Amino acid sequence: MMCQDCGQNPATVHISQNINGEQTELYLCASCAQARGLLGPGGFPQFSLQDLLAGLLNAQKAGLEAEEPEAPGRLRCGLCGLSYRDFARAGRLGCSRCYREFAAQLEPLLRRIHGSTRHTAKMAGAQARRAPQTETGDLERLRQELQACVSREDFERAAEIRDRIRELERKGK
Amino acid sequence: MGSDAPGPASGAGPWETDEAGKWLDGTGPEAGMVVSSRVRLARNLEGHPFPHLLDQAGGEKVLSLAQDVTREINNFGHFGEFKHLRLASLRPLDRRVLVEKHLISPHHAEGGGSRGVILNREGTVSIMVNEEDHFRIQCLSSGLDLAGAYDVAGRIDDLMGERISYAFDPRLGYLTACPTNVGTGLRASVMMHLPALVMTDQAGRVTTAMSKVGVVVRGFFGEGTQASGDYFQISNQITLGRSEASILDDLGAVVREVSRQEAEARESLLRGRRHSLEDRVWRAYGVLGSARILSTDEAMRLLSEVRLGVELGFLPRIPIRVLNRLLVVTRPGYLQRLAGRELAPADRDLRRAELVRRALRSWNGRGGPGRGDPAAGAP
Ligand SMILES: [Zn+2]
Ligand SMILES: [Zn+2]
Repeated sequence: MMCQDCGQNPATVHISQNINGEQTELYLCASCAQARGLLGPGGFPQFSLQDLLAGLLNAQKAGLEAEEPEAPGRLRCGLCGLSYRDFARAGRLGCSRCYREFAAQLEPLLRRIHGSTRHTAKMAGAQARRAPQTETGDLERLRQELQACVSREDFERAAEIRDRIRELERKGK
Repeated sequence: MGSDAPGPASGAGPWETDEAGKWLDGTGPEAGMVVSSRVRLARNLEGHPFPHLLDQAGGEKVLSLAQDVTREINNFGHFGEFKHLRLASLRPLDRRVLVEKHLISPHHAEGGGSRGVILNREGTVSIMVNEEDHFRIQCLSSGLDLAGAYDVAGRIDDLMGERISYAFDPRLGYLTACPTNVGTGLRASVMMHLPALVMTDQAGRVTTAMSKVGVVVRGFFGEGTQASGDYFQISNQITLGRSEASILDDLGAVVREVSRQEAEARESLLRGRRHSLEDRVWRAYGVLGSARILSTDEAMRLLSEVRLGVELGFLPRIPIRVLNRLLVVTRPGYLQRLAGRELAPADRDLRRAELVRRALRSWNGRGGPGRGDPAAGAP
């Protein structure tokens, strides 16, 4: 594929942008991408996680600007007082409780950023002691990890996890 | 702690100044193309607003907790000696040096309010207090050594977790101010030197491939900074739904693949453009060895070319440790720290040139001329 801007050089950069909810795909050569300010010096994209988050939040915006009292943008955290609209504007939550208060709105966002909505790793000291993993929780976590392994083609690890799942399922019967 | 180091009194003491940091040693796997590895864990307190919504009393409470944590780490003794500094008690110049040594973010240095940092003496561990999150535990390590950096960060995290009730949710993991960090709170970064990929215009292609596997590329000083002098920070994007080990393994695999591509690009440069490449690195060496005025950007760019020339065997074998250190000690803040006073930009350019000349001269003397030097008199 040739560069969409100059049509002279092969396109080596694919940039997928989400501006105000509108998805645009660009295929450019390095110098045209640089000319558009999409690439930094050395040809690396000027990309940050903040940009990614801002793009996703922009896509959500329509519903948040509504003025009705029950509009999602007017939701407020009971602990810190942050509204979901404040979050959408600044990209930062106000406290740990915000994650519970805005769970429904955050879910699709987390899925877009991380491809997952479920923590499967290190547990905090106290929590790890207080709530030992139930077998059902374990199973769910393993299934998710299995999916992640398959999607990144780590079949060796996937096979291990599959065996572990079978073992747990057998015990559960 | 000792207080006999030179330099202006400011409460900062020698901790921030005597060493540029052990992570610049140029040791560890892949130390040619990989300058350093960094692991950062974002942690917050349960039941307190995140720093950006914290009032002054709340901010002070977190700082006093940081004081306790520092004592605890020192009592534990396993990680060496740590010190807690309040950023407000440091001069702007001292804060700038901490940024140049990659111990705090630019945002933390300039933010104001109740901010702090817990540092170890070697300049390899820093815990930012009241940055975007209440605590950000960061470990730096030389070369490609993510496991080593994570090991230290993880154990300090365990120690802190005994004392602090972390904001943690069994479904979402460690809760952070920004949802891009939630879950493990783990951001692993590797700083790579990739001049040949840049010279052969392949950086775009490589980055596109990286973005597909959830890897983010940034500049020398991290988030929001421009890449310069062919140095790039490569980090994981995803923090939720993956284990720490798989995040580190995957990033390591990407880094090794990028190293391989950089090596290939160097080979192809040597095949196709050997003479112009050799000329270019010797010119860089010549300018650095004789310039009287040197800006930060020019120094960074030429040091990158010299590094490439050393690795390709064209130039005298200056140790990577020396070139790594120059990246930090030629920054504006560090130069002024060395001088013991504030310097106008023009004075900094003079001192920078002098510093680099001296460093290169001493290595030319000991190491002798490089293999590629025609003056060495090949038979
Ligand atoms: Zn083009
Ligand atoms: Zn809240």
